[in-house]
Amino acid sequence: MRFQEIDLFAANLRADQRASVYKATKGTHEKRTAMLFDQYADPNRLREIAGEIKQHAIENLDTYLPAVEAKMQANGVQVHWASDAQSAREQVLAIMRARGAKKMVKAKTMVSEEIELAEYLGEHGIEALETDLGEFIVQIDHDHPSHIVRPIIHKNRREVAQSFERHGLGAYNDEPEVITRRARQFLRHKYLQADVGLTGANFVSAESGRIVLVTNEGNSRFSLAATRCHIALVGIEKVVPRDRDLALLLNLLARSATAQQLTVYTEFISGPKRAGQPDGPEEMHVVFVDNGRTEVLAGKCRDILRCIRCGACLNVCPVYRQASGHAYRSVYPGPVGAVLSPLLMGERFPEKADLPKASSLCGACQEVCPVNIPIPDLLLRLRDRAKQEHVSSPGTPPMGAWALLASQPTAWKAALAGGKLINHLPTQLLPVPALRAWEQRRSLPEWRGGEFRKWLKGRRRG
Amino acid sequence: VADERAAILGRVKAALATLPERAALPEYDAELPVLRKLLAQRELFEVFAERITLVHGEAHTDPEAVARRLRGGGWLRGYCDPELWPRLAPYFAGFTVETAFDRTRIDDYAFGITRAAGAIAESGTIILNDATSSSRLGALAPWVHVAVIAGADLHPDLPHAVSRLGDDPNVIWCTGPSKTADIEGILIEGVHGPGIQIALVLD
Repeated sequence: MRFQEIDLFAANLRADQRASVYKATKGTHEKRTAMLFDQYADPNRLREIAGEIKQHAIENLDTYLPAVEAKMQANGVQVHWASDAQSAREQVLAIMRARGAKKMVKAKTMVSEEIELAEYLGEHGIEALETDLGEFIVQIDHDHPSHIVRPIIHKNRREVAQSFERHGLGAYNDEPEVITRRARQFLRHKYLQADVGLTGANFVSAESGRIVLVTNEGNSRFSLAATRCHIALVGIEKVVPRDRDLALLLNLLARSATAQQLTVYTEFISGPKRAGQPDGPEEMHVVFVDNGRTEVLAGKCRDILRCIRCGACLNVCPVYRQASGHAYRSVYPGPVGAVLSPLLMGERFPEKADLPKASSLCGACQEVCPVNIPIPDLLLRLRDRAKQEHVSSPGTPPMGAWALLASQPTAWKAALAGGKLINHLPTQLLPVPALRAWEQRRSLPEWRGGEFRKWLKGRRRG
Repeated sequence: VADERAAILGRVKAALATLPERAALPEYDAELPVLRKLLAQRELFEVFAERITLVHGEAHTDPEAVARRLRGGGWLRGYCDPELWPRLAPYFAGFTVETAFDRTRIDDYAFGITRAAGAIAESGTIILNDATSSSRLGALAPWVHVAVIAGADLHPDLPHAVSRLGDDPNVIWCTGPSKTADIEGILIEGVHGPGIQIALVLD
């Protein structure tokens, strides 16, 4: 039998990787739940309101986007628009070239992963260095992040220590503290040599034009203290209506992502540095990136654009915990990725149409979502779309014969009675591989076809 | 490039034109996310000191205690905001302190002392901005950061602090020392920013 790609990956995942992912996701999820329910009488109310705010924002992007652009320009920010990945990459490169810049330090941004920015800049002679510890390790390993908040959730300390040794960052040492100090020492000088700092944005306020960034390590802060030019890559769905909405969203984001009351550094950036401040960018650019989002906005799954990238749905998902992030073959793994990744493929949707099927529809993802996205519903809509578009579905047994049988009452009754034969056959000797695999572990239950009909008939008479 | 702007906004408009109605912006109590019980009938500084300790930061009210802490850690060389130095110098006998931050020697500074724009009691957060910070790097690169905060600038909670962001282009909320749990979920402090975060609240 053929399998779906995601199932194949999960089946071949190394046991120690599965264990790392399972332990880390379960731990974070439990801390998150304890914290929310300990601190709030009704945390669900917060999630629902946050969801309504974000839904309102995406359904009014036609007014909020021009509004936020005008605010930003008034704040001294240069605003750019990119329809797709190629355009976004080219515009970032053009900004760098206009400054004669050769070096960029990058904070963690999922949009830059989406458009494969670092690789592109590298091909064009620009060093684009990841500064988030996890992303830095991913970069020196030529790997991909497997979690949107914890990029190296799939790696253990020994692997990281080997990477550092290979990369000339000191002799093998797998103490996380030693590894972190070495990264600190290496990267701080890189910030100072770089001309451009690139970040994403967790939120953008339409009211004030501020972008909001959260990090725990302080890498984006360092980028914006050491470099002279700030470029922010922002997905068009990041807009929130007002500054006051940020208090609610920040409280939910930190608790949902890492079970913190607040992420260590929350930066509210509205433009280049203030006159008199010696450090920081004199020039700020915001690149609004579409890259498939307007198509999602036009479709039935637009609610996924509420997502604030906390990763809580990954942490709680029984499929993610077993399969790990790389199984999703996308920048966005887990339940959110199972919806967003196929959608962002545009016409190449069929290539990732297996992802929405890798779910038991248990609903845990929606329960933990800080913006209450109905992920199970969206997964069903995408399954339906795959069916409508006749996307092949390996791993699904052919149902044609069954459908024929079930639509012919006489044939059905005969099959029910005839099935009794199986009770008298040596099933373990039958040449049906699926049956033999089953019989190796347990015995087939006795065939009782027709019993229910018999019982029902009896009831009616009585 | 102007075309791309028009194209994106055109697609947004077309996408939303199909909606029979748009989701309304919910009205809600701005205080909804506030931990009210924590703040009820307590001094703001008391709550702030408790919350910053929970995130592994420190709160002090006496410059002498801060100097002692730095001496105890062996952090004897550092940077101080020139406006603060006259007031703090008497407590820092035996220290080597510069009042200009030289970015070519960032590893020479074990500590940085800068003014903060305020603090948030509810979360133990220190608020930095460009108007009050003499050097973004001076507050960030040294191993120890001492933020000097006026007692009057303590905010009770996040919504209150958000409502007073003002027009500063760079407002940073710092909640404890820089940290990571990227490697096997083990907490390590002092990744790129300070490993020790101290708040000195003065009247």
